[in-house]
Order: sequence, then C-alpha cells, then structure tokens
Amino acid sequence: MATAVVDEADKRQSPLSDAVVVRFAGDSGDGMQLTGGQFTLSSALAGNDFATFPDFPAEIRAPQGTLFGVSAFQINFGSSAIDTAGDAPDVLVAMNPAALKTNVPQLKPGGLIIADEGEFNDRNLAKAKYDANPLDDGSLAKWQLLKLNISQLTMDAVKPFGLGNKEALRCKNMWTLGLALWMFDRDRQPLVDWLNGKFAKAPDLAAANIAALNAGHAYGETAELAGPLKQHHVDPAPVAPGLYRTLTGAEGIALGLVAGAQLAKLPMFFGGYPITPASAILHHLSRLKEYDVTTFQAEDEIAAICSAIGASYGGALGVTSSSGPGIALKGEAMGLAIMTELPLVIVNSQRGGPSTGLPTKTEQSDLYQAVYGRNGDAPMPVISARSPGDAFDCAIEAVRIAVQYMTPVMLLTDGYIANAAEPWAVPDLTTYEAFPVEFLTEVPDGGFKPYGRDDKLARPWVKPGTPGLLHRIGGIEKEVDTGHINYAPGNHQAMTDIRKDKIDGIKVPDQIVELGAEGGKLAVVGWGSTFGPIHQAVRRKRAESQDVSHVHIRHIWPLPANLGELLKSFDKVIVPEMNTGQLKTVLRDQYLVDAKPVNKVSGQPFTIAEIEAAIEEALK
Amino acid sequence: MNEMTTIGRTTTLKDWETDQEVRWCPGCGDYAILKAVQRTMPEIGTAPENTVFISGIGCSSRFPYYMETYGFHTIHGRAPAFATGLKLANPNLDVWIVTGDGDGLSIGGNHTMHLIRRNLDCQIMLFNNEIYGLTKGQYSPTSRVGTTSPSTPYGSIDRPAQPAAFALGAGARFVARGFDVSKKLPEVLKAAHAHKGAAFIEIFQNCIVYNKDVFEDFAAPKGAEDRQLWLENGEPMLYAKGTKGIALDAEALHLKTVDVVDGDWQAAGVIVHDVTNRSVAHMLVEMRFGEFPMALGVLYDDPRPTFEADVWRQNAAAAEGKTADLQSLLKKGQTWTVVEGGPDL
Repeated sequence: MATAVVDEADKRQSPLSDAVVVRFAGDSGDGMQLTGGQFTLSSALAGNDFATFPDFPAEIRAPQGTLFGVSAFQINFGSSAIDTAGDAPDVLVAMNPAALKTNVPQLKPGGLIIADEGEFNDRNLAKAKYDANPLDDGSLAKWQLLKLNISQLTMDAVKPFGLGNKEALRCKNMWTLGLALWMFDRDRQPLVDWLNGKFAKAPDLAAANIAALNAGHAYGETAELAGPLKQHHVDPAPVAPGLYRTLTGAEGIALGLVAGAQLAKLPMFFGGYPITPASAILHHLSRLKEYDVTTFQAEDEIAAICSAIGASYGGALGVTSSSGPGIALKGEAMGLAIMTELPLVIVNSQRGGPSTGLPTKTEQSDLYQAVYGRNGDAPMPVISARSPGDAFDCAIEAVRIAVQYMTPVMLLTDGYIANAAEPWAVPDLTTYEAFPVEFLTEVPDGGFKPYGRDDKLARPWVKPGTPGLLHRIGGIEKEVDTGHINYAPGNHQAMTDIRKDKIDGIKVPDQIVELGAEGGKLAVVGWGSTFGPIHQAVRRKRAESQDVSHVHIRHIWPLPANLGELLKSFDKVIVPEMNTGQLKTVLRDQYLVDAKPVNKVSGQPFTIAEIEAAIEEALK
Repeated sequence: MNEMTTIGRTTTLKDWETDQEVRWCPGCGDYAILKAVQRTMPEIGTAPENTVFISGIGCSSRFPYYMETYGFHTIHGRAPAFATGLKLANPNLDVWIVTGDGDGLSIGGNHTMHLIRRNLDCQIMLFNNEIYGLTKGQYSPTSRVGTTSPSTPYGSIDRPAQPAAFALGAGARFVARGFDVSKKLPEVLKAAHAHKGAAFIEIFQNCIVYNKDVFEDFAAPKGAEDRQLWLENGEPMLYAKGTKGIALDAEALHLKTVDVVDGDWQAAGVIVHDVTNRSVAHMLVEMRFGEFPMALGVLYDDPRPTFEADVWRQNAAAAEGKTADLQSLLKKGQTWTVVEGGPDL
C-alpha cells in the first residue's frame, strides 16, 4: 500500500529499476513465512515502500516435498509508492522442486531463479511430479537460473556448532535470507539482533543461525563475478516524514478496536472462536489487558457473538470476529442485536468459500452475507477496509457507528489484508475526535422509554444495575417506545420502518474519487483489498492519457449519499471484485447503473495487469 | 449469588412483579415457579436493579418479562453465552438463567455444559417438563422412551438425558432439584443463590397441555412422603416418615433402600447427607425413580473460584504496572523514522 503522497502525474513505473518483487517459496517446514517477514522488516529499515503477500497452505504440516505443502511469501519493495505485492516476481527463491513447480509459472521472463539443488533429488522430483530434473533439462531456459546446494552450504556453515542434521538444515532459511540481504544491499545487524533475542535461551542455535546468515551473505559477495547473481540497490522511497512501523491487517484491526473503545470511553469485550484467518485478532487483543480489554475464547462461534452482545448489554463495547463460516453461525445473534438495538462490532476476515472453502486464501465473497445475510428485514451497517493501515481507521469508524446508532456493525477485511504487512505512518491519536458514550442513568423528562429515540433514531443505552430504569428486552417484536412485546400489524410495520430508517440515516462521508476526475468515460469501482491493483492500474492507464477514474467504497452499507450521482457521471462503470459480482449487484440495485463485473475467484489477489486489461476492454 | 447485591431496603413480592400480563396456559406449572421466585427474592435481599434474568426460547423463557428486574429474552439455547458476556462485563450483577429441557439441553446443551464447566457465578433454573411446549408438543431430550408426540407418533426411541447428571458430569459445583408446586422450592432457590458459582437447579414442571401430570408419580401430594427424598445437609437420607432410608451397598458399590426400624437409622446404615461429597452426588443424580424415591433438594454444593472472578483477577494481574498508553503501543515493535531527504536508520 502506498504511503507516499499519490502523484497524479506519476509516470508508469518501471518495476525493474525502482521496484523489485521477490518470492520465497519452500516446503511448509522451511520457514518461508519467517524468512519473508524478516526480509520485509529489512526492507522497511532500508526505507523502501513495500507490500507483501503471504501465500501458505491450509495444512499445518503438509507432507514434506509435496505440491500442496508449498508455502510462499511474496514481497514487492521499491523506491516509489508500492500498492500491491506485485504481479510477477523478478526473483524466485525455490527451496525444493515442488516450490519451483508451483511458483515458476508466475516468474517474469528473464527473472532469476535461485534453486536449492541439494533438494532436487529423485525422491523430491517424484513428489513434485517432475519426470526429469528441471534444473538440468533446459526447461527453465527463459529464466536465469542459479543452482546452489543451499542445504550443503548451510550444513558446512553451521558445522562448528555441532547441531544434528535436522537442526542444521533448519538454518537453511537464514542462509537464504543472508543471500537475499546481500543481493539487495541490506544491513544484517537488525537480523543478528533479532536472532540473538529469539534464541536468547539457546545461544548455540542463535550462533548457528547467525553463521548461516553470514555464510549466505558471504556467498553472494564471492559469487558475484561468476554468474547471474548481481547486487541490486533499491533506493529509499520518498515517503512523508514521520514515524513508521510495519502493520498487518490483524494488528490494524486490533489496535483500531482498542482506539475506538478509548474514543468511546468504554471497556472492550471481545468474544472469539479460533478460525483462520481471523484468529490473529483474538491473539493480539488477548495481550492488551491494560487497555481495559477482556477477551473470551468461547465454546463456539455462536457463544462468541452472544457473549459479546451480553457484554454490550452490560455496558461494554462488545466485539466478535470470525471468517465466513463462523459469520454464518452468528447470523441469528446478529438479528437479536438488531432487534434489541445494542452496539456490537463484527469483524469478518473473508476467505474463499462457500463452506470451508479456501481457509488460507483470500476472497471478497461475503458481501451479500454482510449486507443481506439475516432472516427478516435486518439492516446493518457494513464497512470494508482496503489495507492494513486502513483497517485501523475502519475499526474506529465501526465502533463510532455502533455506539452512536445503537446497532451491530460489520467490518469486512479479507485474508489478504489480515496477513499482509505494509509500512504504516503511526497516527497521532490526538487528531481523532472522541465520541464518548453517555449511558442513560435516570428517568428523563417525559418518562423512561426503553425504545424511545434520539435524533439519530438511536434508543437509550441503559446498563443493568441502574436504579429506576428496569426494563426487559428480547428478540420478539417490540412495541414502539415502550419495548414491550407487541404483535400488532401496525406496530411491526412501524418498527420495521424505524429500524430501516435508522440505518439508512447513518451519516457516512461522501464518496471521493481516489484517482482521476469526477465524471468521464470510465469509473473503476472497487472495495476492500483490491485497492492496490486497481489504483496502480488506473494510474498507469491515466499515464497513457486514458479517461479512467478509481472510486473505492469504504461504506458498503449504507452507501455514501452522493454515490449514485457520482456513478451516473461516468459513461461506464466496471467493478473488479474477488467474487462473482456482489458489489456490482448492490450498485445496480441501488442506482440502476449498468455496472459491469470484473471477477476473479482463484484465491489470489488481482494483478495490476488484469485490471489494466479490464480497463482496456471497457474503453474499447 | 453475589456479594455486592445486599441492599439497605427491603422488598416485597409486589416489587418483583411487572405490569405485563402473564401469558402461559392456565394451570401451567410456570405460574407456581414464577410466584416461588418472586416470593423468594425479598428473602434473598437483593436489589431488583442489580438482578438480571436471562432466558433463551421456549415457554419458560418468557419468564424475564414477568420479573421487575433487568431482563433479556435472547435466542434459542444461547442464554448461558449472553450471561457469560454480561457477567464478565459486570461481575456485580446477580444473574439468573431461565431455560428448559429443550433450550438448555438440546439446542443449547453445548452452552449449558461450558457455562457449568467454567463455573460462571449465576443461577440456572432448568424447567424440565419433558416436552416441547411452545412448538406444540414434540418430544424433548428429556422425554421418556416411548413418548408419543406429533413428531413421534409411534413413540420416541432415544433415551432421555438426565439434567442433574448432565450438570454434575459437566463439572457443576451445585446441583439441586425441586418441582413447580413444591413448598420447598423457595428453600432450594435460596440455597442456589447462596452458592457462589454456577448453581444448577432442575425444576420439574408440569406442562398441562402437552405432557400433563408426567411427574405425578412422585409430585402428587398423596403419598409424597414415600416417593420424595428431601436431602438436608448433615441429616440422614430418610423418607417415608423415617421408616426408610438410603444406604450404600459396600460390596456392589451402589445405593440401596433400607428399612429403618424404630428410628434407628444408624443401625440400618443410612447415609448422612454431605453436600460436599461428590461421589455420593454422582450416585444421587443417577438414582432411578421407582426403585428409589426422587432425590430432591440440594444434592451437591461445594463451591470453588468462579470464572468471572478469575478472569478479572488475571486481567488485573496482567495490567499491573502497565499504563494504557495507546500512542506508545502504536509505536511498539520495530519502527523507523523518515526525515526530509530519506530514512534515519
């Protein structure tokens, strides 16, 4: 994601000169996510902008060497604004035949393959379903190939530390990282410090890993003259001055929720149940007790949301989080929160569906579920985050709407945002406007009405324990004002209308155009994590003088008041999304605009090139 | 129960009644339970505003609407989960869960189990009428084998769950039994409230429309002495006006009934009820009516630390000495500063 100020006149980026995409791929047990994570950190410390894409299997320990056990981590870093993890890698590090086979098709022609030839034995070749060794048969001719026996080189490097074979080979990823650090002219010291900290209790392991790191680095230096390996320096990106850190989406949401609770002056209660890729939010929050956060790992998804509603009823900010299948289980309880008009934040880290689907892959296919997926007329605000940093702000926005309008709010992210990291300019919290909650504590003029309304149509929030305001709430239709059980036809009509009007009336900021003009030939309308590829594609096309604009919707429900007029000011509207056309349907329904879908449901994010192609097609 | 709920003022039964029309079928056992609860609350001495009744779905779950307290009529089977969140948010509230055999043991069995296992401080009143009332008479998880109902016209096949045994198996530290019209129900409720932790009370309740008088064999006033064993802590387990008692068959390791001659229960080997004896509690909840009298009253009562208290303790311990400075949390981890003209490493 970009942290630099977006320059309208940015000319088409030349990825080879100022941005590089590296993909580390290996077996699940090879530590590729860790390697990628540390390389990311070194990119941050080198001042590069970056975006990452961790791509790992659902299996915890898939059988070694198999195609489905390949774990990869892609990073795009550069000296100018980076919006995506990159379309095609420039460099592929393949730790075994399976990693090569599953990842090499995406490698740029002429790109560099670094392969651990020590792992290209008959057994592993067979597991990867190679008939012949691709390192020897010329099938990789369109790329540059660097064969190294990383396994052996690592074993040699750590020999003095007397580790067993297995432990010694675990240092392979550090050897590889050392080579990568050399390739991109990076400082090793932060990694050395990190390893010393990580293995503080096992100094031998720390020393062995550092030796492997240094050996990989030294190998780069000495081998430079011999082959395709070249050192490549990427200058720091011109970013706004300030303090930066790396941030994943899960961190962004956890921190944003804490910030939201503080701005609302409420304790937070988080009820969760482990599910990929949402669990990380529970993990982060459970370490933040001093921020008045109580976390509760419930017995199931239903108990997780119900406990959160119970806590909201008690006067805390109730929050629950899950992914699609878990969200489905929570549906009935969401209806109760709508009926009893209690604040609640529901975070959905979307993944590929339906059913169990693709637990570790990304998708945006829960938009219908978020907007429509409950029994009865059950309107609920929906907000979507576009990036890890944006997730922080979206979480605050979700809290604000929940407490000001006494309603559950769904916050959508996806597996890509949840796991990916980006540099984040640490915000100054004093710039955020507080929205402290005022509980009703005594009988107001005119008497206490549990379902009386303020100017936002929100009912009062009363904490049990408050004398004089005793009342009962529940899921049966409420009587207007009193909240008593009431089945009368006119009352149900009135209450249904009130619930709808309340949500429709939520004030959300007007929709802006991210890039390009308001009105013109073509609007590319996106939401969520497709921001990066859409933004880059629109920027490139505009650099080619194409009349195209990028509109990115945060408030999925209710939609911004000006959105209909804005969309109608374009001749054409295309909607790229990682589903079969869900936002497209909503836009068509709401505005009768001829929005055209651009869909991808492969479990992988859009590439910039795919969006560019869609723009070209639309402008034909 | 709750330590913070004693109040300076006294309340009467009227203070606990709402202005809402009670909508159970005429003659339903729920009326008697409602009155027993409303009568017991002033004696317990808690404040209505600190009291919350939470229910799921079913006939019994309408209960909160009739109590002049805070009340939450939630969704089917999930009352324990709402209660858990509420009590964790505010441990000072006195929380009562009202559920039934379908709500608490069928659709919500999972939550009932986990609430008991965690030992959340609350009272769980499970109204057991062995039938689905609100959905018009289908058999329930506690219905006896052979129960004919709209969904089992040829009789139910599956074996019933035993609520008290289920609760004890889930780790309950308080298990009691009573029935709707019993004069002793208030005493059972008071004991449940006095127990700090999850207090499970199975209340046999007569559904006069769909399962009429199914408990009459032990609940009928006539001959009740012979069919009800009211347990009292420290007292011998006697019934039938002291002429019969419960003893341990030491060889077979199960309970047996014995005759008591001339009041000499010791000679007959009758057990003295110790509410903290978990092994005996396991035998009492398994005691089959017919062969034995129905065991009623407090079967087991042995408190241990409660879930919400432990959570608050851990939260406080983890937060100790730390300041909630979010701005500094945002800066945590590896950060870098960018100045005009490039990064400062």
